[in-house]
Amino acid sequence: MYAIREALSGMQRAPFLTLLSSAMVALALFVVGLFSVVTYNLHQALTRIEERVEIVAYLRDGTPLEDAFALEDRLMGLEEVRATRFISKEDALAAARADLPEFHEIFSGLEVNPLPASIEVEIHPEFRNSESVARVAGVLSVYPEVEDVAYGQEWVDRLFLLRRIGAIATAVLGGAFAVVAALIIGTAIRIAIFARREEIHIMRLVGATNGFIRRPFLIEGLLTGFLGGAMAVALTWGAFQGVHRMVFALDWIPTEWVLLGLGSGGLFGLVASGLAVRRHLREV
Amino acid sequence: MIKLTNVTREYPRRGKALDDVSFHVRKGEFAFLTGHSGSGKSTTMRLIHMAERPTSGEVRVSGFSSQLTSQREIWKLRRRVGYIFQDFQLLPGRTAQENVAFALEVTGTPRNQILPRAGRLLSQVGLAAKTGAIVEELSGGEQQRVATARALVNEPLVLLADEPTGNLDERASRGMMDLFRDLNARGMAILMATHDLELVRAFPETRVLELVEGKLVYDSAGAEGAT
Repeated sequence: MYAIREALSGMQRAPFLTLLSSAMVALALFVVGLFSVVTYNLHQALTRIEERVEIVAYLRDGTPLEDAFALEDRLMGLEEVRATRFISKEDALAAARADLPEFHEIFSGLEVNPLPASIEVEIHPEFRNSESVARVAGVLSVYPEVEDVAYGQEWVDRLFLLRRIGAIATAVLGGAFAVVAALIIGTAIRIAIFARREEIHIMRLVGATNGFIRRPFLIEGLLTGFLGGAMAVALTWGAFQGVHRMVFALDWIPTEWVLLGLGSGGLFGLVASGLAVRRHLREV
Repeated sequence: MIKLTNVTREYPRRGKALDDVSFHVRKGEFAFLTGHSGSGKSTTMRLIHMAERPTSGEVRVSGFSSQLTSQREIWKLRRRVGYIFQDFQLLPGRTAQENVAFALEVTGTPRNQILPRAGRLLSQVGLAAKTGAIVEELSGGEQQRVATARALVNEPLVLLADEPTGNLDERASRGMMDLFRDLNARGMAILMATHDLELVRAFPETRVLELVEGKLVYDSAGAEGAT
């Protein structure tokens, strides 16, 4: 109770310093916030492209419908497969007519339907990688009903490579941003506490225990960090809205990310305060 | 209560601030620690308060030895020893009453007792009218009295007073000395550092320890007291 009261009055006594530290925390986390928005949107874009990764098994002409359905059942037994869709020869032709209007005349003059029936296989999100896709394609090609299997191997490989590069870049850059943010927050809070080292000394001189001195500073650090985190969320939201409305449509980051940002602001503040106070506690 | 045994305090650049000093201030005793500026009075006080440790020798205060007391445990000693600092060491931005109250907060005094006790001590040192003033707004003498009230509020067994009358006029000085003598009569051991020889002469019955360039050159209690 004393610690909370003391922390709040400490912030009141030096509002400028509190605001300054919070602003530094906010700017440090704002950079992380912007990076998160960019990363999240790239991730979303890649996911949307990946959702289009599917395997098409073209069936031999004359394959009975029941054999095609039986094949679908067997495919559903594979753990990688999320869904299958049977496309009859007629459906294929109708789709081709609709999708390729420029060839309308060719299609309408046909006496026999040259397009094969096919089964489109959708892969579970967690198996959307080149190895799994190639494995399912390999399994498919073994069945006698299947004449050919297509999944755009080359672009699928590239897509997944891009995803891997993206993940590594996110981890490295994100890690670097987080470290820089932590250092800035640490420095800001250290400066704020340095300005009050006399107070810490005096408290020690009149017989306060280290814990008693530390607690209000920890709470102050936590609150300063939270305040900075909240300001960073507001800044990021503002920047997001600006781009979203004026440049191009973006997705806002998930709530968990926002909470994580606020939480890490608070945590950084808490830890930085603890470390800074500890230094001064050793002095007298 | 306070016992220094062959205490030397040496600084890397300045050299020896105290050189092989030994004395013993017993329970309920009042002693002046005199000497010119730079003679080692404040260093002695800081060593007794364990804000510094001796380079060699031992300081024992109220059962705590400078060789055995860790930095973590120092608060136990400081709660038993009141200290009026030469430079007051008041918490900035807080009122006189808050400064005194803080010393009670740290010892876990029940909340409803803190403000009345702080107020009582402040009126005892003649500051009843200024309890709500921020310490920076007070004069040097007033700040000194806040520091005194804070040092006494926990009823310590030992009082260290470093030039406690340095910023006071004669009348306030006398008032302060009366307060000390009263506390001493009630059993508090007091070691008061001062360079004011007139003040020392005004209390001829009080023990005097004199430092010159870090050495204890005179102890009015004689060889017995210097052991």
